Amino acid sequence: MNIVEKILARASGRDSVAPDDVIFANVDKAMVHDVSGPGVIKVFDKLKKQGIDVSKLWDPSKVWVAEDHFVPSAEKVSAENIVKLSNFTKNYGIQKHFKYGMGQYGICHTLSHEEALVLPGEVYVGGDSHTNTTGALGAFACGLGHTDVAYVLLYGKIWFKVPETIYFKLNGKLPEHVMAKDFILKIIGDIGTDGGNYKTMQFGGSGVDVMSVESRLTLCNMTTEAGAKNGIVEPDQKVVDYLTSRGATNISLIKGDENAEYSQIIEYEGSEMEPLVAKPFSPENIAVVRDAPSVDLDKSYIGSCTGAKYEDLEAAAKILKGRKVKIRTEVLPASISIYKRAMENGLLTIFLDAGVTIGPPTCGACCGAHMGVLAKDEICISTTNRNFPGRMGHVDSQTYLSSPLVAAASAVTGKITDPRDLP
Amino acid sequence: MKGHIIKYARDNIDTDVIIPGQYLKVHDYAELATHAMEGLDPDFHSKVKDGDFILSGKNFGCGSSREHAPIALSHSGIKAVLALSFARIFYRNAVDGAFLLPIEIGEDAYNAISEGDEVNIDIGKNEIKNITKNQTYKMKPFSEIIGKIIEAGGLFNYKPD
Repeated sequence: MNIVEKILARASGRDSVAPDDVIFANVDKAMVHDVSGPGVIKVFDKLKKQGIDVSKLWDPSKVWVAEDHFVPSAEKVSAENIVKLSNFTKNYGIQKHFKYGMGQYGICHTLSHEEALVLPGEVYVGGDSHTNTTGALGAFACGLGHTDVAYVLLYGKIWFKVPETIYFKLNGKLPEHVMAKDFILKIIGDIGTDGGNYKTMQFGGSGVDVMSVESRLTLCNMTTEAGAKNGIVEPDQKVVDYLTSRGATNISLIKGDENAEYSQIIEYEGSEMEPLVAKPFSPENIAVVRDAPSVDLDKSYIGSCTGAKYEDLEAAAKILKGRKVKIRTEVLPASISIYKRAMENGLLTIFLDAGVTIGPPTCGACCGAHMGVLAKDEICISTTNRNFPGRMGHVDSQTYLSSPLVAAASAVTGKITDPRDLP
Repeated sequence: MKGHIIKYARDNIDTDVIIPGQYLKVHDYAELATHAMEGLDPDFHSKVKDGDFILSGKNFGCGSSREHAPIALSHSGIKAVLALSFARIFYRNAVDGAFLLPIEIGEDAYNAISEGDEVNIDIGKNEIKNITKNQTYKMKPFSEIIGKIIEAGGLFNYKPD
């Protein structure tokens, strides 16, 4: 069995599973945020009317709550959702509620690794499609809707069809100007936005072995854009060290068998990778940065679970150090812990000196919620994950998706720019 | 189940056009319905009738896990979406929440059925009959678990064996 099959076999109490088996998996961790939480509350209200007992959760200690999409509250509806969320966690005895304005908080997928909330080998579900991110820690991490998450919160289990696995093997390390974001954009361009539908996308090979945990998080994050059920990297000592330094204990490493089966193995050479962008209006619409259209950009956005981890900010700062931005540029660190490290290590000063506006952790404009959404006809280069019509604001705005290096280089020139071509 | 077709002859209709991100904070189902398909077809809300079906291409509902998407369509009156394929989260949200039927069709049905056609979906026979054009097409049968959840009326009413 491969790693996902092993995790799902363990979670469903079977000796083995194979692709297409339908199982009920016991869930180890579950998450909701300020969009899916109120959605789940609404489902609970419906269930109550049907006479279903919703008075207690299966295990409040395994549930955690993030405030990320519309915080700090954008207007009164989002403020009311935050109040609903607070009442929910209080009523059900959920201790891990990361509240903005009260210490550590941030984007749910960022908290999952920054706070070591999910461990290798676990089944983790969240009320958000980018829950896939956390598979980089070696967990089976999968996004679900409100009804499914409500079911998990009440009963601690959920059905899955065991996915087949595509193995993406990266031979050799990526060049210095290329980031994990470029590699996952390359893959999505190759297999399309439904190329991973219902499947696991697993990453390995020497190029992934040498990657930081944060880079692997970027890979798994955007498996969602290929439609995948989950993304995963087999955990190694780096993951153990990463989680241990954040307070985790009892980490056990799980790996697939030597003779594990994959539906497909697709190989890439690290040395051949280049900086890429996804042009409007799909993450599969890939172009090499040096061949990208010469459009006048209005904005550069460095934020989100995809592109505002510490290493993403570090990459942007490397470019912006001693330079000035030519277009509006926003940096929104993905959590308070990242914000603080960025401050302590001087990154925030570099950003401010370059003319950047620094925002609080939030999903913000990535999903067109607030904090810098785009006007009609505005064009943005962004370290986020989606560029569908209207994703970041007006339906006639445009988003180019890129790595933080490219987004920062483009902020300096106002055009889509390969970091190697900066004067 | 009989209804009229609203056709979007394209692939990859994503959740951001089915219900734009700015409405994610909204949890009033009737209000969500007024914004359904707003990102693609601003006239959708005025033209959709109770019992209508949407017909579309590949990878319908790709993108976010927002259950707002099947909710907005269902509370607009849409009873089924017929598509060449579905993105996984939209598909399971539609079924587990019992919002609408996601029906996988073949190229023949996709090409032959036009906007406004009246069709009858017979999930017992896995058949779609085009009443307007007097044609019949096959639909892809539901997998066993999906069939059982649909029959039960959603995940919460489904009792695993």
